[in-house]
Amino acid sequence: MEERRPDPDLLLRQVQAEEERRHQGKLKIFFGAAPGVGKTYAMLAAAQQKLIEGVDVLAGLVETHGRAETAALLSDITILERRNIDYKGATLKEFDLDEALKRKPSIILVDELAHTNAPGSRHNKRWQDVLELLDAGINVYTTLNVQHIESLNDIVAQITGVTVRETLPDSVLERADEMELIDLPPDDLLQRMQEGKVYVPDLAARARKNFFRKGNLLALRELALRRTAECVDAQMQDYRRNKGVHDVWPAAERILVCVGPSPFAVRLIRAAKRMADGLHAEWIAVNVEAPSTVRPSEKDIRKLADNMRLAESLGAETVVLSGHKASNEILNYARSRNVTKIIIGKPTHPRWKDLIFGSMLDDIVRGSGDIEVYVISGDVAVPASAIQTRTAVKKTAPREWLISILGVAAGTGLAFIMDYYLTLVDVAMTYILFVVLIASWTDKRPALLASFLSVAAFDFFFIPPFYTFAVTDIKYLVTFAVMFVVAFITSSLTLRIREHADAARRRERRTAALYRLSGELVHERGIKRLGEIAVKHISEAFSRDTVILVPDENSALSILTAKPENLELDERELSVASWAFDHKQHAGRNTDTLPGAGGLYLPMVASSRTVGIIGIILKDSAFFDQEQIHAIENFAHQIAMAIERALMGEEAQKALLKAETESLRNTLLSSLSHDLRTPLAAITGASTTLLQPDALLDAGGKRELVQTIIEESEHLNRIIRNVLDMTRIESGAITVKKEWLHMEEIVGAVLNRLAEKLRGHSVTVNMPADLPLVSFDPLLIEQVLMNLLENAVKYTSASASFEIASSINKDSVLVEVSDSGPGIKPGDEERIFDKFFRSSTGAGGIGLGLTICKAIITAHGGRIWAGNRPEGGASFRFTLPLEEVPPAVDSEVTV
Amino acid sequence: MSDKSARILLIDDEPQMRRFLRVTLQSQGYELVEAENGHEGLTDAATRNPDVILLDLGLPDMDGLDVLAGIREWSGVPVIIISAREQERDKITALDSGADDYLTKPFSAGELLARIRVALRHRVIQQGGPAEPLFVLDNLKVDLEKRQVFISDSEVHLTPIEYKLLSYLIRNAGKVVTHRQLLKEIWGPAYASQMHYVRVYMGMLRHKLEEDPACPKFFINEPGVGYRLRCKMDNQPD
Repeated sequence: MEERRPDPDLLLRQVQAEEERRHQGKLKIFFGAAPGVGKTYAMLAAAQQKLIEGVDVLAGLVETHGRAETAALLSDITILERRNIDYKGATLKEFDLDEALKRKPSIILVDELAHTNAPGSRHNKRWQDVLELLDAGINVYTTLNVQHIESLNDIVAQITGVTVRETLPDSVLERADEMELIDLPPDDLLQRMQEGKVYVPDLAARARKNFFRKGNLLALRELALRRTAECVDAQMQDYRRNKGVHDVWPAAERILVCVGPSPFAVRLIRAAKRMADGLHAEWIAVNVEAPSTVRPSEKDIRKLADNMRLAESLGAETVVLSGHKASNEILNYARSRNVTKIIIGKPTHPRWKDLIFGSMLDDIVRGSGDIEVYVISGDVAVPASAIQTRTAVKKTAPREWLISILGVAAGTGLAFIMDYYLTLVDVAMTYILFVVLIASWTDKRPALLASFLSVAAFDFFFIPPFYTFAVTDIKYLVTFAVMFVVAFITSSLTLRIREHADAARRRERRTAALYRLSGELVHERGIKRLGEIAVKHISEAFSRDTVILVPDENSALSILTAKPENLELDERELSVASWAFDHKQHAGRNTDTLPGAGGLYLPMVASSRTVGIIGIILKDSAFFDQEQIHAIENFAHQIAMAIERALMGEEAQKALLKAETESLRNTLLSSLSHDLRTPLAAITGASTTLLQPDALLDAGGKRELVQTIIEESEHLNRIIRNVLDMTRIESGAITVKKEWLHMEEIVGAVLNRLAEKLRGHSVTVNMPADLPLVSFDPLLIEQVLMNLLENAVKYTSASASFEIASSINKDSVLVEVSDSGPGIKPGDEERIFDKFFRSSTGAGGIGLGLTICKAIITAHGGRIWAGNRPEGGASFRFTLPLEEVPPAVDSEVTV
Repeated sequence: MSDKSARILLIDDEPQMRRFLRVTLQSQGYELVEAENGHEGLTDAATRNPDVILLDLGLPDMDGLDVLAGIREWSGVPVIIISAREQERDKITALDSGADDYLTKPFSAGELLARIRVALRHRVIQQGGPAEPLFVLDNLKVDLEKRQVFISDSEVHLTPIEYKLLSYLIRNAGKVVTHRQLLKEIWGPAYASQMHYVRVYMGMLRHKLEEDPACPKFFINEPGVGYRLRCKMDNQPD
């Protein structure tokens, strides 16, 4: 029999999630059906138990509501001071998140999970504070009533008639590691209520009375029990999945819910969420932006954005479609995503509209094929104002009215000419033509006016009796009606096409911007440059000030690029950005975290890390709709990938460099071990010989041994000096400290220092007496000359002669060190400056001397090269630039 | 001179250096006091009354420059700095803030002894000993009383500044004198950073007094530090 094995991918995901969770705190929710069941009491009792076990428990925020037995439980738990928040003159006391994070207790008690924080707090909602605590690895005990759960919100409202404003996303509930139901039978609760032991702050007296009816309490209790059961069920599923129990997932279901701007859509969303949970299905919230509808008002856009955000917060994928016919778009999309169930709202408009314009619901039901369609009832209590706002049209410019009137006037002029030559029908057609033309220029209402005016003008000028609105023949009334309807419909169609085109153009512009962005990003490497491209495109596409922040080694964010370039972020904005970066979540304007900020901050999350933050600064009350945010997210994603690629490139470069350094170091080490050992062997040998008690050494022999020791020590010293110099040059520790001085001085110093070594060689110095002061670093150039001369001694015979010459060119001073030795092997002229290059002549040295010379001369802005003299022998030349005129020296006054 | 009975304080933390110096100096008849660190060194400098102090810049407990400053607060005793090559800039700071001379590791016994002799001689002059009115070095002869300079017995005319420069170097013969010291002494403190003045005038002196200015015998250039006028004591056998 085949063994049922757990799905490896699933397991991996689970392991990752667990790994992540291991570093996170555990969330325990004390869950109740109604206020007063004793959640806080239960939480404190549990905390007491932990306290006895020696766990560090901190009461972050506990509401005792003046109940003595609850307060008694709190007495020996450390209580966190609340933070004062000044809000409109009043001082509100709120949970101090920062202090709690700083204290980092093992367990923290935070009452009322669904609480809304005072404006000015970091997060809008307390549950966000709790999530942050969990992320910081702190275990949280909290309390929650069933009516606060987002997906149950409207059911609760239906049952109790009270709409609860403070809601908690279901995702937070799903995040809970433990859920403890605090159950109290309704009768007992009512009893407590009568004893005044229940505190319900946010309900008026009457509402409270309504709320605490036995029927309500029973229903709420059932809800709470069911929700707890679901939670247990979910844990069971997890468990079974872990154990490889097969077929926990029913056949894959995918639910699509159609969302509009109406408040009623909220119900659809929650229904979809509940259904998706029940079926363990993915779900998609779809909005169709159909140009056929009235242009949505600002308010509608905002409402739609809210609805979509709600869907997203409940775990939906949100999608905005655009098309002429909503039903087709929805069905096509549903098919493309293998959706099995569509949830749609019951129509709220009158039936006749469906007869004229067609019914979207009907179309979907007919076209759905094997997709099930669920029609959910609309809420009767949709406020009238909400419906009105749907028809709100943007304000029409006076110019458009003018176009409408003038257009009809022009049409009338043309109609007079037509009337002279042609029939009355052609006149009517002329008017219709003009209405269409007007509609293609103006908005809906001027187009309607044009339709009306043209019918009126037609009647006035061309229908007998002329120049009155009176009509003798009744059949003309039919003509007017037909003419008006035709004019109106054609003008609506024209408008519709135009708006569709507009919408398409907007989308097109964004897509094109995104395309251009990715196109440009591909060709760039440097992070700074990528940032510049990014801010340019984002600020163009969204017409806002844009900033990109990246972390430094210590993960502190700083501005990489901004547009306008002088854009600065104050402390507050930076902290919002940092929050977004640390938590990989949106923050700032338009979000639930620090919405008081001036900007919206999106993390740029690449595959391996968060590479930075995009900040978009909004003007006063501006906001983004969901689609725009998605578009920004797309931008962020593109940029994140580009920056990640650049970072990886840099890292690869560093790794390569490291590998090269590594190999160089190995060369150096092998070279050093040989070069250091040879002189050491000589020194050890010579000195031990000297120590031999019975050595037959004469004075000359002794002296020779001592001389060996001295020479080899010097040799060692030189090797070490070169290695140190090279290291310092490569690590950038050497800085050129230029001074004005005579080359002669340095040559003199070197000859003096090398006097011992140069004994036996003839050294000619060829320097014009009028050589001006040159600006260079005396120590470094002395080093160069010393290395060159030492090399000359090393590679030539004991009697070779050397020459040091210097001359002035127009913008540099040239120094030449040459010898009468065998010269440089042809082909080696360049390579001898390479690190660790050693001439095949086999003289000692580790091949760093000339490399150091080159580094020093290059740092001075000069050039060094080698060659052979025509008369034989090697010649090394270098130049030093004469950048400035040497400073003047005051002529001497008599002292 | 009472050279050989001089007491030398050595402040160095490295045992092998101390061992080498102990053998070398004691073989030359000097009395040696050893200090392993800066604090011990400061105490010894105050209590043991040394004639010369050898001070290593790289000490474990405190900065060699601070030790120097501590000594200079109350004493003018000659201090010779012993430095490694990486402490190039520290060396100049030390010289400018009162050290008398320096030695760069590794150095030979000959160099060390020459520096000590120069330091001791300056100590004698400092304590009111006789300053010689006539300075002679090879074929260079300077009559400090008559302000006359001779090369191989023929008089060389120097400008006033050149003469001032020469006489200052003679007064510090054998010791290194930093560019800054020369500038302050000859031109005044306002010129302390006008390094090129020294360079130009030293060039003139070299051309007037040296046989081969590019390979000077009297005026030894210590690149990056300053100048040293060679003196007879340098010629002692290595």
